Amino acid sequence: MADTRTIEIEVLRYNPEKDLEPHFQSFQVPFTHDTSVLQGLQYIKDRLDGSLTFRWSCRMAICGSCGKMVNGRPELSCHTFLRDYFPGKVRIEPLNHFPVLRDLVIDQTDFFEAKLPSIKPYLQPKEEKPLSEGTYLQTPKQLQDYYQYSQCINCLLCYAACPQYGLKQEFTGPAALALLHRYNADSRDRGWNERAELLNAEKGVWGCTLVGYCSEVCPKHVDPAHAINQNKVNSTMDYFGLRKLLMPRGGT
Amino acid sequence: MAQVRAYVRPMAGWWRRNPYFVRYMIREGSSVFLAIYAVILLAGLFRLAQGPAAWDAWRAALASPVSLVFHWLALLTVGYHAYTWWKVAPKTAPDLRWGNRPLPELVITAGGWAATIGASVLVYVLVRWL
Repeated sequence: MADTRTIEIEVLRYNPEKDLEPHFQSFQVPFTHDTSVLQGLQYIKDRLDGSLTFRWSCRMAICGSCGKMVNGRPELSCHTFLRDYFPGKVRIEPLNHFPVLRDLVIDQTDFFEAKLPSIKPYLQPKEEKPLSEGTYLQTPKQLQDYYQYSQCINCLLCYAACPQYGLKQEFTGPAALALLHRYNADSRDRGWNERAELLNAEKGVWGCTLVGYCSEVCPKHVDPAHAINQNKVNSTMDYFGLRKLLMPRGGT
Repeated sequence: MAQVRAYVRPMAGWWRRNPYFVRYMIREGSSVFLAIYAVILLAGLFRLAQGPAAWDAWRAALASPVSLVFHWLALLTVGYHAYTWWKVAPKTAPDLRWGNRPLPELVITAGGWAATIGASVLVYVLVRWL
């Protein structure tokens, strides 16, 4: 095609069987107006070096698999376009703050097996209703209370943006705490007490120093920084026993 | 899954790698100037309680070049701190609504600035003319 140009893509390579530490490798990649960074990586894998390893799936910014550091910023690589970096080069690294397994693949175990389950990410109603009584009803206004926070796709860009997580692995982190708030803010849920110990802890909302970069990079506008920091007020009220008095439904 | 030797990247110098983090560090660092300024003011109160001579000595110390440089620096950094304070206020505020829509972040920030400027003018008027 006439408007095909060529851009330099630098990729962090790491082979755990051979390398003691990662290094950068450079590739010349042709691109057009609509070539995403992910497609650039796919071009390298298909045509230049089949050993390049990276995660991806949906190519439409909803599966949350293809997060990478693109020129130092956490991005969904399917949602980021090579045209915006030309004539400069693009430097692609695995998401920050996670161990690198191979090339651009990070170890997500800490999030999916420790952090996410720890916030009990499921509705905990006051009591189970029998099916015959029908569904739990909710008004549009009650939906609004948590809708934004339910848009998280677990892509981990916010963890790559959070230096507190990088410095202290025990910090529960932006996405998990935003999801904690998503369930607490749901009118059908009564799980506040179940989640309070984690929320009130140093590894909960108090581990956040409001750097705020998580909300900048979130591709779904979840705004984890807001979810966490409004809960510092909730946590303080809980400490003084005020939540039960001031909040609707007894703060549960 | 077979155990692989994962590589953990070092965090040393993390805040120099991104201008966003540099601004964050300046924001946090600026509070040091605010703390020193507060200590100087408290010292003034203490000297006032000791009598006119002590008070005049404190005032004279404030007029020294070192003190003037510090106060200009403190004014600048505290100004930046105030700017960042209202910038992050929408994150620390509860979920605010205007009708059915979330209150725009700009409104919260602008409201904070209006309160700051209003309070500063009020204090200036009180000190200058009353």
